[in-house]
Amino acid sequence: MESVDLNEEGYLTNFSQWNKEIGNAIANDNEITMTDRHWEVVEYLQGKHVKEEALSIRGIKKSGVINIKEFYALFPGGPLKVSTKIAGIPKPKSCI
Amino acid sequence: MKKLLILGAGTAGTMMANHMMKKLPEEDWKITIIDQYKTHYYQPGFLLLPFDLYKTKDVKKKGEKFIPRGVNYILKKIKKIRADKNEVILENETLSYDILIIATGTKTFPEETEGMDGKGWYKDVFDFYTYDGAKALRNKLRTWEGGKLVVHITEMPIKCPVAPLEFAFLADSFFKNKGMRDKVEITYVTPLEGAFTKPKATETLDYLLEEKGIKQVVDFNIEKVDSENKKITCYSGREVEYDLLVTVPTNLGDELIERSGLGDDMNFVPTNKATLQSKDYENIFVIGDASNLPASKAGSVAHFEAEILEENLLRYIDGKPLKEEFDGHANCFIETGNGKALLIDFNYTHEPVEGSFPFPGIGPLKLLKETRMNHMGKLAFRWIYWNMLIKGTHIPFVSAKMSEKGKKFDN
Repeated sequence: MESVDLNEEGYLTNFSQWNKEIGNAIANDNEITMTDRHWEVVEYLQGKHVKEEALSIRGIKKSGVINIKEFYALFPGGPLKVSTKIAGIPKPKSCI
Repeated sequence: MKKLLILGAGTAGTMMANHMMKKLPEEDWKITIIDQYKTHYYQPGFLLLPFDLYKTKDVKKKGEKFIPRGVNYILKKIKKIRADKNEVILENETLSYDILIIATGTKTFPEETEGMDGKGWYKDVFDFYTYDGAKALRNKLRTWEGGKLVVHITEMPIKCPVAPLEFAFLADSFFKNKGMRDKVEITYVTPLEGAFTKPKATETLDYLLEEKGIKQVVDFNIEKVDSENKKITCYSGREVEYDLLVTVPTNLGDELIERSGLGDDMNFVPTNKATLQSKDYENIFVIGDASNLPASKAGSVAHFEAEILEENLLRYIDGKPLKEEFDGHANCFIETGNGKALLIDFNYTHEPVEGSFPFPGIGPLKLLKETRMNHMGKLAFRWIYWNMLIKGTHIPFVSAKMSEKGKKFDN
């Protein structure tokens, strides 16, 4: 597999280096086995990233793509943090 | 005669009315400010009211006292902004404008969370972000005999992101002073990964939480409040039990913004973060909590914005390019209890660090350090607020753009 640039928390610093294989590798590191449903969510997140729209739990809730319970079930722990890592996009910043 | 319309007579709107009245020639410009409520609240005081540190009279005054003479002050509910027609619709009245300033702020919406405003609301579930909530909580705390106190943030962003931490710190002192700290277990529950979003400040704040025996539950995204069984549940299934829940409900922009189709999915108005011009309409500017800027929703931010917005409005009127000057500067006192406070100073790119303020190397205020002098600063701020800040008087030595001098940055 080609090499990619990661930050200290393990997030890709350049989305253009992402591909499905890399997504799978990051998912494995986080003990997640990707299914079609996982990829559907990842694609949605990447779409938001490309449009430069901020990600939040509220945004996910309103997206119609997935409900929050299922989101937690697919990406246990901190679903936004884990799913964005797999998607190769930056960790969402919490606005202060 | 040209028309400048300001929506909202809170901290930001009132400041802009004062700023622009001084700058725009009266023979050319008519300034109008609209708000539905006649009371102007000193919102930072809502933190101190529950602990009987402030009285109700300390936090409210008549709004008209702060609107400068010559400004047309309308007390009415705003129905809709028709940005495509440069019109604002009120009850029985439609106003047109050449320039519009949106300063409608943010509000709490407990109904956004299942069970939050149910049976327990203002019995054992309280907010302190509203006058009614802070007062009801004061009455509760006067007679509460102890148990599990949970201080909780529903979701970000919230107005004054340090206020819930300050609440936890002040609660610790309050119960110590009452001689009942051993009867109260305090837990701080947050959707963030730590006490604050900025790493340096989180380190200091984590230390203070631990020192005061306040437990932390992080990464907690609330699904519902179960007021029957007195517990809050995270989407992940984690639960936290409470006897007294002090929560910061979801903060959204005003419903007016949604009705007018001008907001994002939290009803905040998309705004250029350097110029304060709205992204969709060149004659609409946004100040304070109503914008979607990635800055703190706080009075100090609105104050710094006001200085830059004043200049940009004058430039816009003269047909000059706007200055891309706003840097997200925020300056907040954090009450840590027992007569001490921290002070933090930061912007879009620089997180809060240690140092001195406002004079590099001298102070007298110390950044990110718990001192009595900082607490005195916070108390003095109420006077500054009513007498200088909202009247648009420049506060000496404190500039709109953050200074990097006298601060200990790592790089």
